[in-house]
Amino acid sequence: MREVAVIGCGMTKFGELWEKSLRDIFVEAALKAIDDAGVDHIDSMYVGAMTPGLFVGQEHISALMADYLGVAPIPAMRVESACCSSGMALRLGLFEISSGHSDIVLVGGVEKMNDGADATYALATAADQEYEVYQGVTFPGLYALIARAHMHRYGTTRKQLAAVSVKNHHNGAMNPNAQFQREVTLEQVMNATLVADPLTVLDSSPVSDGAACVVLTSVDFAKQLKAPLVKILGSGAATDTLALHSREDITALKAVKVSGEVAYKMAGVKPSDIDVAEVHDCFSIAEICIIEELGFTEKGKGGPFTEQGNTALEGKIPVNPSGGLKSKGHPVGATGIAQVVEVVEQLRGKAGKRQVKNATIGLTQNMGGSGASSVTHIFKI
Amino acid sequence: MVGIVGYGSYLPRYRIKVEEIAHQWGRDSETVKRGLMLKEKTVPGMDEDTITISVEAARNALKRADIDPVEIGALYIGSESHPYAVKPSGTVVAEALGVVPNVHIADYEFACKAGTEAMFVAHGLVKADLVKYALAIGADTSQGAPGDALEFSAAAGGSAFIFGKKGVIAEILDTFSYTTDTPDFWRREGAFYPLHSGRFTGEPAYFKHELGAAKAILNKSGYKPTDFAHAIFHMPNGKFPLAVAKRLGFTKEQIDAGWIVPLMGNTYSGSSPTGFSATLDIAKPGELIILVSFGSGAGSDAFIFKMTDRIDEVRDKATKLKEILENNRIYLDYGQYAKYRGKIIMSG
Amino acid sequence: MPSPRYRREMPQRYRLEAAKCKKCGKLFFPPRLVCAACGSKGFDKTKLSETGTIISYTIIRVAPADFATQVPYAIAIVESDNGARLTTQVVDCKPEDLEIGKKVKFVFRKLYTEGHTGIICYGYKAVLV
Repeated sequence: MREVAVIGCGMTKFGELWEKSLRDIFVEAALKAIDDAGVDHIDSMYVGAMTPGLFVGQEHISALMADYLGVAPIPAMRVESACCSSGMALRLGLFEISSGHSDIVLVGGVEKMNDGADATYALATAADQEYEVYQGVTFPGLYALIARAHMHRYGTTRKQLAAVSVKNHHNGAMNPNAQFQREVTLEQVMNATLVADPLTVLDSSPVSDGAACVVLTSVDFAKQLKAPLVKILGSGAATDTLALHSREDITALKAVKVSGEVAYKMAGVKPSDIDVAEVHDCFSIAEICIIEELGFTEKGKGGPFTEQGNTALEGKIPVNPSGGLKSKGHPVGATGIAQVVEVVEQLRGKAGKRQVKNATIGLTQNMGGSGASSVTHIFKI
Repeated sequence: MVGIVGYGSYLPRYRIKVEEIAHQWGRDSETVKRGLMLKEKTVPGMDEDTITISVEAARNALKRADIDPVEIGALYIGSESHPYAVKPSGTVVAEALGVVPNVHIADYEFACKAGTEAMFVAHGLVKADLVKYALAIGADTSQGAPGDALEFSAAAGGSAFIFGKKGVIAEILDTFSYTTDTPDFWRREGAFYPLHSGRFTGEPAYFKHELGAAKAILNKSGYKPTDFAHAIFHMPNGKFPLAVAKRLGFTKEQIDAGWIVPLMGNTYSGSSPTGFSATLDIAKPGELIILVSFGSGAGSDAFIFKMTDRIDEVRDKATKLKEILENNRIYLDYGQYAKYRGKIIMSG
Repeated sequence: MPSPRYRREMPQRYRLEAAKCKKCGKLFFPPRLVCAACGSKGFDKTKLSETGTIISYTIIRVAPADFATQVPYAIAIVESDNGARLTTQVVDCKPEDLEIGKKVKFVFRKLYTEGHTGIICYGYKAVLV
């Protein structure tokens, strides 16, 4: 098994990209990543996307993207795992290189959510159609059910939930690629329009367009290229029940926990070794649950841990320095790779104003549905 | 012995008061309340229709009958508000109750008497030994045009009755139907609200058929009004059934148990059946009950029941009508009511 | 919803039919082919209890198109008295009436209609007891 490194990364700005198409944004991110890697070709590619069919009526985007990137006839494959589609795609790229099958693989993610589709409906297809969506559940609704139970069980407060959004907006304000480059206050978050009680619109990640790509190669090959080299130390993926109601404890994100444990074990590191983490804060409550499951704090303590500033840029474990899904934006299929882009930039020390000091080990955690899929990666420079 | 082996009712929790409707249309509510003898009416929730009301009423009937649903060989729903113009309500209800597939199903429509029509046929099939049990339901989510007098009364609810020979709680002693072609009230295919011909709905329609059927069944059976503990006449408003009772020689006390219209409104196909259900809740073994429905168009079905000892065993197995009628009421304003009843144009 | 898909789930949506693992006794709603608890493949057909308890709830204020006219509506995860969990609307109540731990009863209701001309989709909902 060969060691694998990320040698190039690129992403579009996230947001409402009215003037750019699905294919345009993917190609833009891919060209940036290839340019950053300094390679003259790629051997194959994986494209993570949740549901371009529903968002823009386009499936079979693997071939479309290879065609428009001008790399056909290389093999290309679309990977779907709801909102962790591109996080899962990264694993396939990793396996393809570590197995020796290819030397240079492009892994990207893309979603174009603002092209007139019913985004609430499209996103809800990641939940159980017959037993959740049929009842009128939405994604904010599912995370609201988690939030209510977490508050009831652990005493997590409305203010602690808001602290996640405040922190992520603070970071996002320093990210030129973020959809919302502005700060919000606790009061603004708590008094914002309710989407699904107790979650407001400012607890929720936005509907976004965007793409992100990375170029992977073997560590040996990377050394020849003299490219900046960030190794992938660990990769873990896991699943849980698709329907939230089927879980014994709806405040527990078991797939996140298992994906983290597998990645930590493979990397040979502990939660306390992580210098910077990008996690799947699709809703404020999700970040609270995830930092518990990844072992950054104890189960049930995610609220106070966040409120006390432990996850801030200068905190014990900086979480979502990019602004997270909340502030940076959440083009669902692109999110997993965008997290990798951020961590690679952090480890390279190129994150500008939002740079986490002395970061050498970073983690990304990307999640699908209400936590039915999770994929965690650990990187080291 | 053929008769009813289980009965049950359902009314939505939502209500609108006569005052609220009167206010909307600039009518004097006291005059309306006095004239129609109505206080409020039931309104279906946005997620309720004749089918859901029928399921809930029938589940209550099944609890009292205590039979295996698969033994029901016929299922009939009478309504003038079947949710589909083409596709039976009965199939949904039968599927929900677990009655399918060995069952005969039909939807009936005969304005306000479609419910007793279903009862009439269900009784006949059991009596003829064609089926072991037959389920008859009268249910409606009736519509009155905005501003029309019917808007004060058109309500939602229904009742279900299971007919059989074993475990009878109310034996059927006699039946009679009285029918003519009388265009007093109608709704054409595709029309949203029914129309009616004003005072023509009174004497030549309601009273003629109610009195005709009642007198005929009394004559045929040999009973006198004083023989009955209870009487139920169709309740398009509060006043008409009182007038019919008086003209036939029944006292207010005799119709009291089933005279639920001031708080319920007119549940159309579910009107006299639900009055009958409320009466069964309090009837004693051995008592005689007369039920006479009325449906515009026009006709009346009349039934004479004799209560058996078993009523005391089954009565408490499901929620009684008085509780359904008086508990958990949620009042709507006219705007909410208009939204709930689909009276607001949502698209061009 | 296409009619074939709608009809297939009727035993669950209309009658709350569930499956109980013959080996370990775990109750599944909807029924499954493999027990998620013990891996065995034998099940007994059963039904959910008529009542249950609220595990968590929310009020949906932004809904998909089919549910748009119903907002705000309550959604809860309910555990039936015989131990299976499901997601269901809780109707005929005000948002402030809901609490974790409150008892509900399952009722038969309309979930949504497909525009003015499509099929009417029915199923279970819950009301507070």
